[in-house]
Amino acid sequence: MTNSVPIPLQPAPSTPASSCGGHCADFTIAENLCQVLSNEWVNAEYKHLVLKAPPIALAVLPGQFFHLNCPPSGNDVPYLRRPMSLYRVSPQDCTIEFLYKVQGAGTRGLATLEPGATLDAFGPVGQGFTLPPQARHVLVLARGVGLATMAPLAQHAVQRGARVTAILSARSPALVMSEQYLRSVGADVIVVHDQDGSSDIAHIEKLVRERHAQLPFDLLTTCGSNRFLLALQRLGQELDVPAQVALEQLMGCALGMCFACVRPFRKSPGSETMSYRRVCWDGPVFDAQETVTW
Amino acid sequence: MVDMSVSIGKLTLQNPVMPGSGTFAEGMAKVIDLNRLGAIVTKTITSDLREGNTPPRVAELRNSTLFSIGIPSKGPEHYLEELVPFYRNYTPPLVASISANTVEEFGELAARLSVPGVAAIEANISCPNLKKDGQAFGMDPQATEAVIKAMKRNTDLQVWAKLSPNVGSIAVIARAAEQGGADALVSSNAILAMAIDIESHQPKVANLMGGITGSATKPILLRMAYQAAQAVSIPVIGCGGIATAEDAIEYLLAGCTAVQVGTANFISTSAMPRVIDDLQAYCVRRGITRIRDLVGAMKVHEAKLLEARAGL
Repeated sequence: MTNSVPIPLQPAPSTPASSCGGHCADFTIAENLCQVLSNEWVNAEYKHLVLKAPPIALAVLPGQFFHLNCPPSGNDVPYLRRPMSLYRVSPQDCTIEFLYKVQGAGTRGLATLEPGATLDAFGPVGQGFTLPPQARHVLVLARGVGLATMAPLAQHAVQRGARVTAILSARSPALVMSEQYLRSVGADVIVVHDQDGSSDIAHIEKLVRERHAQLPFDLLTTCGSNRFLLALQRLGQELDVPAQVALEQLMGCALGMCFACVRPFRKSPGSETMSYRRVCWDGPVFDAQETVTW
Repeated sequence: MVDMSVSIGKLTLQNPVMPGSGTFAEGMAKVIDLNRLGAIVTKTITSDLREGNTPPRVAELRNSTLFSIGIPSKGPEHYLEELVPFYRNYTPPLVASISANTVEEFGELAARLSVPGVAAIEANISCPNLKKDGQAFGMDPQATEAVIKAMKRNTDLQVWAKLSPNVGSIAVIARAAEQGGADALVSSNAILAMAIDIESHQPKVANLMGGITGSATKPILLRMAYQAAQAVSIPVIGCGGIATAEDAIEYLLAGCTAVQVGTANFISTSAMPRVIDDLQAYCVRRGITRIRDLVGAMKVHEAKLLEARAGL
């Protein structure tokens, strides 16, 4: 991990035009006023939001996120912004995309956005995934909306010449999202689901070991669930491969200021001493061996 | 041209807008030009290293938030070696916020932070999220006076007292801080509150109680800032629910010399620059040439004057 570098998706954008007292070059995060291009349902629970975004937003790295100013809808009046991991960035089209489950006051508001509307997307923020130099094989393990967080990493790892094995888990084959997208960016996709029991964790671990035997993994990644985190901790130790996990947490500021979004972490892998870290600023991507389940 | 400057004792601020302690950090320099601010107020530190409260630490309420952070602190060494040099790159005066377990520790920490690059020290005697059910020094006039005295004995820097709204009479505490030698008051910190999730039956913040902050608190904290300003002759810095220039103007009219923007920084990083721009635009529109002329300029209703004259 120490030799690794953050993953640039494209060169840093030029500085904003506003007067800035000589500190313009420091401005890498902004309240990006984005235009909604589309906001369509992809299945009964999830929507796919495509935004036209200014240059600062387009410099987003895999695993980083935006803090969205979700509009009010019905009785919902979100006061704080809502963190949302990036699903896709297309610098050449000037777009950023999100895949989200409509389930709370913030996402219900997002779901109301029509093409042409403006959405204030604060970011990009957070420490994203760190790809080892000369990585040859990356595992992406995700379920449900977690996929959104992992898709930019898969795309980038392929662009950097690595093979990507993506294991997508869902309740049923119909709910597997982005299989096509991940295949289109060049990932080797394995779909597992609950209906035939293939999403069983022991089966997933077996798949990982098999793939590792064919071409050793340099990095194991997942997000969200405790079940997957525990699996990657086990596999990472067993196979001696670094593992990273992207976490979610309720947030206040997303800028490392309020210290509301902390979770406990081991001070180092294996250490029994713990310390709170900010998911927004120290993460949201962390070393899986330092991450603890609740 | 509007003169936006205000004075807190001998300290002149280029404008009256600064962040509230705990709602601002170095990350903000990646988003806005810090040199536009009237002052920079950092998150409270303690002498000891602290992890802060158990998560969850935040709950969203209507137009407000319930925070229970509990002052995680990296201690004075980190502050002196990392933060003071960092903020030396910017022009606004740096205000360090401190908390401590005892009167003596407040004094010692104030002495430790009295270095070039620090312009004033804010005494956080009002955090609602420490142990003992939200009890704080700022709830007791004798303790308030003792803390400020101890700090003044140990530093030549300005000492600001950040008051607690969780008191029966804020005027009593305000006078105690002034008596102790405070150079200014900050009125005020968060209102002690709680919320319970009716599905999980758990408190919405793990610490059970927290501080309610944000727009919804403004009418209450504006009232308390007014009462504090009425009670003392030192400057009062208004704090509580300020998100717009309109909010800031109310605090100025109520007698506050400057304002702190808090939770609004979490919602919009451009809140402070926007308040500054809009304050200036308001002054231009109203033909006000010096913003300090707004301080305490609230007018009473004519009928109140008549009442006073006629003994109604």
